[in-house]
Amino acid sequence: MDFDLSEDQRLLKDSVDRLVADNYGFEQRKKYMREPQGFSPAMWDQITELGLMGLPFEETLGGFGGGPVETAIVMEAFGRGLVLEPYFTTVILGGGLLRRAAPAAVLGGLAPRIAAGKLKLAFAHIERHSRYDLSDVTTTATKDGSGYVLNGAKSVVIHGDSADQILLTARMAGERRARDGIGLFLVDAATPGVARRGYPTQDGQRAAEVTLTGARVSQADCLNDNALAPIEHVIDEAIAALCAEAVGAMQSMHDLTLEYLKTRKQFGRAIGSFQVLQHRSVDMLVALEQARSMAMFAAVMAGEENAAERRKAISAAKVQIGRSARHIGQEAIQLHGGIGMTTEYAVGHYFKRTTVIDQMYGDADTHLASLAAAGGLFGRAA
Amino acid sequence: MDLNFTPEELAFREEARHFFRTAIPAAIRAKVAEGEGLTRDDMINSQRILNARGWATPNWPVAWGGQDWSPVQVYLYQDEMQQADCPTPIAFNVSMVGPVIAQFGSEAIKQRFLPATANADIFWCQGFSEPGSGSDLASLRTKAERQGDKYIVNGQKIWTTLAQYADWIFCLVRTDPAAKAQEGISFLLIDMKTPGITVRPIVTIDGGREVNEVFFDNVEVPADNLVGQENKGWDYAKFLLGNERTGIARVGNSKAKVARIKELAALEFAGERPLIESPRFLEKLAGIEVELKALEMTQLRVVADERKLAKGKQNPASSILKLKGSVIQQQLTELLMEVVGPFMLPYQRDFDGNNEPVVGPEYATEAAPMYFNYRKVSIYGGSNEIQRNIIAKAILGL
Repeated sequence: MDFDLSEDQRLLKDSVDRLVADNYGFEQRKKYMREPQGFSPAMWDQITELGLMGLPFEETLGGFGGGPVETAIVMEAFGRGLVLEPYFTTVILGGGLLRRAAPAAVLGGLAPRIAAGKLKLAFAHIERHSRYDLSDVTTTATKDGSGYVLNGAKSVVIHGDSADQILLTARMAGERRARDGIGLFLVDAATPGVARRGYPTQDGQRAAEVTLTGARVSQADCLNDNALAPIEHVIDEAIAALCAEAVGAMQSMHDLTLEYLKTRKQFGRAIGSFQVLQHRSVDMLVALEQARSMAMFAAVMAGEENAAERRKAISAAKVQIGRSARHIGQEAIQLHGGIGMTTEYAVGHYFKRTTVIDQMYGDADTHLASLAAAGGLFGRAA
Repeated sequence: MDLNFTPEELAFREEARHFFRTAIPAAIRAKVAEGEGLTRDDMINSQRILNARGWATPNWPVAWGGQDWSPVQVYLYQDEMQQADCPTPIAFNVSMVGPVIAQFGSEAIKQRFLPATANADIFWCQGFSEPGSGSDLASLRTKAERQGDKYIVNGQKIWTTLAQYADWIFCLVRTDPAAKAQEGISFLLIDMKTPGITVRPIVTIDGGREVNEVFFDNVEVPADNLVGQENKGWDYAKFLLGNERTGIARVGNSKAKVARIKELAALEFAGERPLIESPRFLEKLAGIEVELKALEMTQLRVVADERKLAKGKQNPASSILKLKGSVIQQQLTELLMEVVGPFMLPYQRDFDGNNEPVVGPEYATEAAPMYFNYRKVSIYGGSNEIQRNIIAKAILGL
């Protein structure tokens, strides 16, 4: 048992931490947000230069064969910087889907382009009534000649407006919530019949509504005709990544709050000298350390091939992260008082990001219910 | 990062698992599982079984019967012991007075007390708290006045756990009333049979007789019974309280409780289905399991860090173990009580003279008393509020 990072992981962490520390100050981030796409193309290039775009891909594909621990290192740093670039959607969701659900030839063609920063992806899956049910797909793919015709509407497609290509799910067979018959398609954003409407999200990022009206795609654009199981695995990996990102954001909220308690003076003394505030910041620390522990657990379990065991671990982590982040976020705002409410100050932006993360791919209650239904984490006495 | 144990560690775990589940009598382990109080003999017998193997005092210096274990082995030892419902060795002996004597005592006092303490030939109790000195322990007033080759002790201790079983008590006493509070305290060992000592039980809300008041009325104590130097007792007490770092979370115990809750919830009904099938109940339990898993991981992080950190330095995560561990233990006793439903009502503890047949299932009898009793967990050893004070100062720098 060993929680230490390997030499390579340590180097990775140092370089990502430095990238964020040097380029992702609060004022710098505001500037990136004002760029036309809602993030900085220059930052995108810097992330590419560091080699991070190739993280999950083999060396032969231009990557460095990183796993969930490497992903967690990157995402925790991105959480501290509230990084805006579509790394999560392109590399973790997009890269993951290509690795787990696409034919080798497609992966082989696209991975080098992703690794080179030349391709941005988004994953269009959620629909108006699907909520967190990954099998609830009503968008249809109908066979038509040598290809397919897509009809339906996808909601809250993160970075869907800036993506060059969109990975999307459509039902090829089966009833609405059937596990079988969900196809995964790779669609060029410029395809006729694909319309997207971009908008800002609560956390300063962007998303799009994507509508498919008789969009014609080729046979080759269908990457997988029964893709739910690999999609579930990719979403589990994505949740582990988001857990790490949330830990980075929680750490920042805790640091900011602690600093504020030490410097803000009222009644002639630093407010951190008041016991009621001391105890509340200790409880924030407890929530942070518990979250950090579960993010590590999620990173270790994300690669688990036994889907049931993996699912339980990921759900448990998402529950802990959701609860901890809500506690830390609300307390961080409260302990700052008025200044915590202003958009001119960083803490609220972290709070908004972790609030969004809780709602992604199942909130704490949803994961608690599925963990409970699966029998919990600890078995009967051995 | 690798969360798997090494083959050697796994082998050690198997060895520990087998030992605890075979060497400790099943009747004793059943009492622990059910939350039934252990007799003095139960505690002494199981400690002697451990001691015969050298496993009663692994945390002591090797020269005095300790084990040269890695932090991971210590963790596995505790975890397997707790999961097997094996009684923890008498804490007053093994975690408290033993390490203090081994660290600060003279050679003579070590020879005199350590082997007997390891083998539970002496049953110790702890004389720290006083009626006026709880969280503010350094304000204690029980005084020991030096007269020739002895001390005359006068005063009162309170919340003295298992004083009724104890042969000896280790006490913090005031030896210099003129000095600053922390600087006039000494660490004194007192034979409970000495004339002038009176023990009065305090009945706790669960009906239990765990804690006592201990009165000292002109008790004569040989000066040889002083540990270390006079007026240095506060340092020894701080050493004692800081000693137990990881076992305090009692993750293994809580895992055993989760398993027990699941077993019993399968035997109780909620409507037409067993309680274990109620989503509401399962979610409540799963919510605690998540926190417990997180705490287990936190504890492992602390354990893994121990070998790297400079002595005396602590991983900040270690500070949360008691805080979170106590709350989880309490939540589980709460849930266990809810499992037995209306059969938590009958009060049938035999030491109140009850010899009637059990009402309802046998396993229900201790559910409510354990719930009431476990409120102590966030109070003893420095209440959770004191823990927060310490963390705020030491870790957060507030």
